[in-house]
Amino acid sequence: MYSEKVMDHFMNPRNVGEIEDADGVGQVGNPKCGDIMKMSLKIENNIIVDAKFKTFGCGAAVATSSMATELIKGKTIEEALAITNKAVADALDGLPPVKMHCSNLAEEAIKAALEDYMRKKNGETGDNKTTSCGRRCEDIEHLHKD
Amino acid sequence: MDKKFIYLDHAATTFVKPEVLEAMLPFFNEKYGNPSTIYSIGRESKKAIDEARDKVALAIGSQANEIFFTGSGTEADNWAIKGVAYANRARGNHIITTAIEHHAVLHTCQYLESDGFEVTYLPVDEYGLVTPEQVRDAVKPNTILVSIMFANNEIGTVQPIEEIAKITKEKGIYFHTDAVQAIGNIPINVEKMGIDLLSMSAHKFYGPKGVGALYVRKGVKITSFIHGGAQEKGRRASTENVAGIVGLGKAIEIATNNMEAKNKKLIELRDKAIKEVMEKVPYVRLNGHPTKRLPGNVNFSFEFIEGESLLLMLDMVGIAASSGSACTSGSLDPSHVLLAIGLPHEIAHGSLRLTFGEDNTNEDIDYLMQKLPPIVERLRQMSPLYVK
Ligand SMILES: Cc1ncc(COP(=O)(O)O)c(C=O)c1O
Ligand SMILES: [Zn+2]
Repeated sequence: MYSEKVMDHFMNPRNVGEIEDADGVGQVGNPKCGDIMKMSLKIENNIIVDAKFKTFGCGAAVATSSMATELIKGKTIEEALAITNKAVADALDGLPPVKMHCSNLAEEAIKAALEDYMRKKNGETGDNKTTSCGRRCEDIEHLHKD
Repeated sequence: MDKKFIYLDHAATTFVKPEVLEAMLPFFNEKYGNPSTIYSIGRESKKAIDEARDKVALAIGSQANEIFFTGSGTEADNWAIKGVAYANRARGNHIITTAIEHHAVLHTCQYLESDGFEVTYLPVDEYGLVTPEQVRDAVKPNTILVSIMFANNEIGTVQPIEEIAKITKEKGIYFHTDAVQAIGNIPINVEKMGIDLLSMSAHKFYGPKGVGALYVRKGVKITSFIHGGAQEKGRRASTENVAGIVGLGKAIEIATNNMEAKNKKLIELRDKAIKEVMEKVPYVRLNGHPTKRLPGNVNFSFEFIEGESLLLMLDMVGIAASSGSACTSGSLDPSHVLLAIGLPHEIAHGSLRLTFGEDNTNEDIDYLMQKLPPIVERLRQMSPLYVK
């Protein structure tokens, strides 16, 4: 059901981990939804020089996390903010329709980490964790297995 | 090098045994007669169906004329519940079931609720058990049917069916059990146990997919399910799936032979898997009852990880298993069974079901134990919930 690219990023995820002296950290999702993603960024001169993630979630969630970190590395903050779920999914040669919601988390995690960076830059404190569910729960049809 | 393949998902479906396939094959092209006809190849088909019916009756201790073949376990569940509900509506509109039924039962009950029936979904304890007292307390003057699964498909918990049936009998209420996971796997006698209706499905006991049966005790008031010709006494019309029915008959016959010896082996595998996983993997819990469970079923929750990821990684090393995580079901919620036994969402997401069958060996468990712990550790290293 997954493309080869998704399986590659799932089995060999790029950039797993946490950056110790990160400039921005964001965590999105909640256990109820089933996927949680934590992203940490190193930013120099408005450019994302390093990105790492940790993800609790399905194959699609892990693969989109991995791909998202790859896509934003070397990008400016503005470019990174412009990255959408769809762009991440496309870069993975697509996701099965029932899994598109899992990719929302990657976009949200990037935004959360960058917001954290901005806040820190502006001298605000506090960590940036949201438990918002990036999966638009109410939109998704409940399918059932045997 | 051969790619390893170890099948640990027998509760999802089983392979068709060679003897079963062999029994079925002639009915596709050689003995293809319509059982409702009078010439020789038609009579042969009819005879084959009768023999299969006898085999099912023998296996569950019923009369042959109380067995009706269906297109699946789901169909048998639909028929039992809707059929009894509509035929007995004048007597009452209340049905009692449990929170951990298969969707074939749950969604049928929900459908009936939309048509004016009232349904009580009994909660279960931490092991997934209901008690006969819960059933007794839920009975109301308008209760017409109790439907409680024999054994749960996810956590393997086996219910106190005989005790529950005593209560329904005493109260004059029909008792249906979805025995799809139990038939062919543990001994069942409908007469001795006091069961009025029972659903089964051939593909859970080494028979073909797409064929099942409903046992309906003589005298039970039930509507017909498929209206049409005179097949299955006109209650479930349509030209019979002769090969499938023959396969079901052969499979149940084989399954009931030597059941004790086969179960002894399955229980050994099951308990070996439970013991070794609990010993070798930290932060794990066993879901379901330690002993009141199907011989071939184990179900674990691994904290901090998500089930689909686990299944994908197991698949990469040739192990086929199943999970109750949301991401494997296409729904947003993890399994209703795991939530019903009180697991928090994140623990329910990290569940792994392994169901053993006759083709499994001790070496399969050794291979599993070689692969599973490092995979769990690897996923934990990736998880933001896992802080050492
Ligand atoms: C407990 C239970 N009931 C019903 C069913 C449905 O059976 P079938 O697949 O034959 O429709 C299953 C199988 O998935 C099951 O495990
Ligand atoms: Zn997911």
